[in-house]
Amino acid sequence: MFAEVATEEREELRGVVRSFLDRHSTEEDVRRLMATRDGYDAGQWQRMGRELGLQGLAVPERYGGAGFGYGELGVVFEEFGRALVCAPYFATVALAAEALLRAGDETAAKDYLPGIASGETVATLAMTGDTRARHADGWFLSGEKTHVLDGCAADLVLVVAATDTGTGLFAVDTPRIDRESLPTVDQTRKQARLRFDDVPARLVSEDDSVITRTLETAAVLLAAEQLGGASRALDLAADYAKIRVQYGRPIGSFQAVKHRLADMLVDVECARSAVHDGLRALAEDAPDLPVAAATARAFCAEAYTRVAAGAIQVHGGIGFTWEHPAHLYFKRAKSSETLLGSPAWHRHRLAGLLGI
Amino acid sequence: MELDFGPGVREFRDEVRTWLDEHLVGEFAEHRGIGGPADAEAFEVRLEWDRELSAGGWLGLSWPQEYGGRGLGLLEEIVFAYECTRAAAPYRATTNALDLFGPMLLAVGSDEQQRRFLPPILRVEEQWGQGFSEPGAGSDLASVRCRAELDGDEWVINGQKVWTSLAHVADWLYVLVRTDPASERHRGLSMLLVPRHQPGVEVRVIRNLAGQSEFAEVFFDDARTAADLVVGEAGQGWRTAMATLGIERGATLLPQQLSFEREIEALLAAVRSAGDTVAPSVRDEVVRAWMSVRVMRTTNLRTLGEILSGREPGAQAGIAKLYASTAHQRLGHLAAEVAGPAGEITGEDYRLDARQRTFLLSMAETIYGGSSEIQRTIIGERLLGLPKEPRP
Repeated sequence: MFAEVATEEREELRGVVRSFLDRHSTEEDVRRLMATRDGYDAGQWQRMGRELGLQGLAVPERYGGAGFGYGELGVVFEEFGRALVCAPYFATVALAAEALLRAGDETAAKDYLPGIASGETVATLAMTGDTRARHADGWFLSGEKTHVLDGCAADLVLVVAATDTGTGLFAVDTPRIDRESLPTVDQTRKQARLRFDDVPARLVSEDDSVITRTLETAAVLLAAEQLGGASRALDLAADYAKIRVQYGRPIGSFQAVKHRLADMLVDVECARSAVHDGLRALAEDAPDLPVAAATARAFCAEAYTRVAAGAIQVHGGIGFTWEHPAHLYFKRAKSSETLLGSPAWHRHRLAGLLGI
Repeated sequence: MELDFGPGVREFRDEVRTWLDEHLVGEFAEHRGIGGPADAEAFEVRLEWDRELSAGGWLGLSWPQEYGGRGLGLLEEIVFAYECTRAAAPYRATTNALDLFGPMLLAVGSDEQQRRFLPPILRVEEQWGQGFSEPGAGSDLASVRCRAELDGDEWVINGQKVWTSLAHVADWLYVLVRTDPASERHRGLSMLLVPRHQPGVEVRVIRNLAGQSEFAEVFFDDARTAADLVVGEAGQGWRTAMATLGIERGATLLPQQLSFEREIEALLAAVRSAGDTVAPSVRDEVVRAWMSVRVMRTTNLRTLGEILSGREPGAQAGIAKLYASTAHQRLGHLAAEVAGPAGEITGEDYRLDARQRTFLLSMAETIYGGSSEIQRTIIGERLLGLPKEPRP
């Protein structure tokens, strides 16, 4: 019942993931990959799947995954956020795999999830923009989707499209899609615009709650990623405050700096609680998942942005340079804030859920 | 918030619930939810409630049986405190003796001191007040100047203490004094137990900003106490004091959380009934306040998990205190804002309603028990490992 203290197994998993990322997602790797169109290293992606099984961590074993739960997945997202990993992990695991799992279409799950779990397939979910589905001899999609995460890298795109009777979730193989990479302020997470011109598609679900649930899950996992990023930005700032000397003493000994850093830690620890609560609700499939997810999402988004901004401030001029990594966290924080609904939007949603 | 503490304590929980159903009646039921830390509201009724609890054997659940306790664990203390708050029982009057002084004595007091002082606490016969702060020693507690010297088999105490909660109803005071006149700061201090009812001790009540008589100044003018009434060793008073401050009051976390949740629910209800008069920006602030209470709940459950698995949350508790105190003040402001002009009207003799008390009394929470500024310094140094400020 108590927010369980990190179990040994989870800490072991954290250690494995962190040591992998320490080697393969260094600042140098991040800078190299963020400058490319697809923003990831395909060889690395496959190793992540084959050797560590990270893409399939929470995918049930019958679909080729490892069958762990959301608690474990949360640990991985936190570590990925810490290391600012440039890879289509969020799009593939938190959005696409999750949507396939929630959809409950056994055949589609069997067709697509094993490829995702093994690291063969990069997948994403396209939601923003007008797309219509036409039913003739099979389904065909037309229209446009934008802000599709890792849309250029994806082998498989799940598309939310309007049908004559409502909304459907469709699976589309990418060769038939016209794709355009969108340059972004945060270069560590890629976006694309996709155009569909009567592209054959496969219906996966016509149940609106699949998308709602997927987005709630993704909100919690994004919050975990934000927690990781915030805690790393704080570490950078605190480490710097211990060695940067002004007026003959480390700046971290000045109350003005020390207290700012303390407030940043309060933000990080409260974000940790919010993530904890969200992961609990996910693991238990609890009725309060909508509020827990909205709270985690709204809280962690703002906390990350505050902490990342604080990290630039503590670094002073050097924190304002391209060369220093502080801006990478700041940009990731802000870009994540606007993903899947802004904090203000989530609070608005909470207001409704709370009946005020 | 409904919590299930597991099958191991379910029987105990049911016993508590049954007892509360039977005894939280009459005058006690009329005073549901009354009182709180730094809140002296309805003190006499609350003291009477403590006696009721004592008669039922509910005080000192985790204290040894030989001193009148029940020899149970921290989990039972937590469950009991939770159930009491859940039933909105009056807030206990004798928190200082039960939550601070008693545990300190159990940790570092002599067998004789424990035998002499613990049983009357559980029988609600003796009240205790804490004499730590002084006019010149607030956040900087180590600059204590109140002094004591041995005169035969007695200590003679001179000096002043301040902000002593409920000193005017205390029978005894535990007082941090300088017993080595040549010493400085943390060295040469001792923790003395001093009877209040004597000519050398004068208590002057200080009214707090809510108009209540909760804390007081205490003046010692050749006050006396027996030479053996030192807790821990003479000269080691700092360590003893820190032992008190360091006692993690796990049992108070959930009651505090529950009262926050009641307040936020009341605020939501007020917003609902106020309808369109509440501006959208205020509504958004109310959602933020609700989120902060939600976050605190998980933080508290995480902390309790740590305590129950035998880990010392330590400076981590400072994070929770810093966040909760600030969030509680914001809640108080919002409640006042939503209430509008009607929230300004008091009862006769400055009688305040619950919302007004939250608004005013929460201002103490960022000051007592280590101010927010001190908390930030502790968090920065102990958790982030930042260098200390050089002393001038």
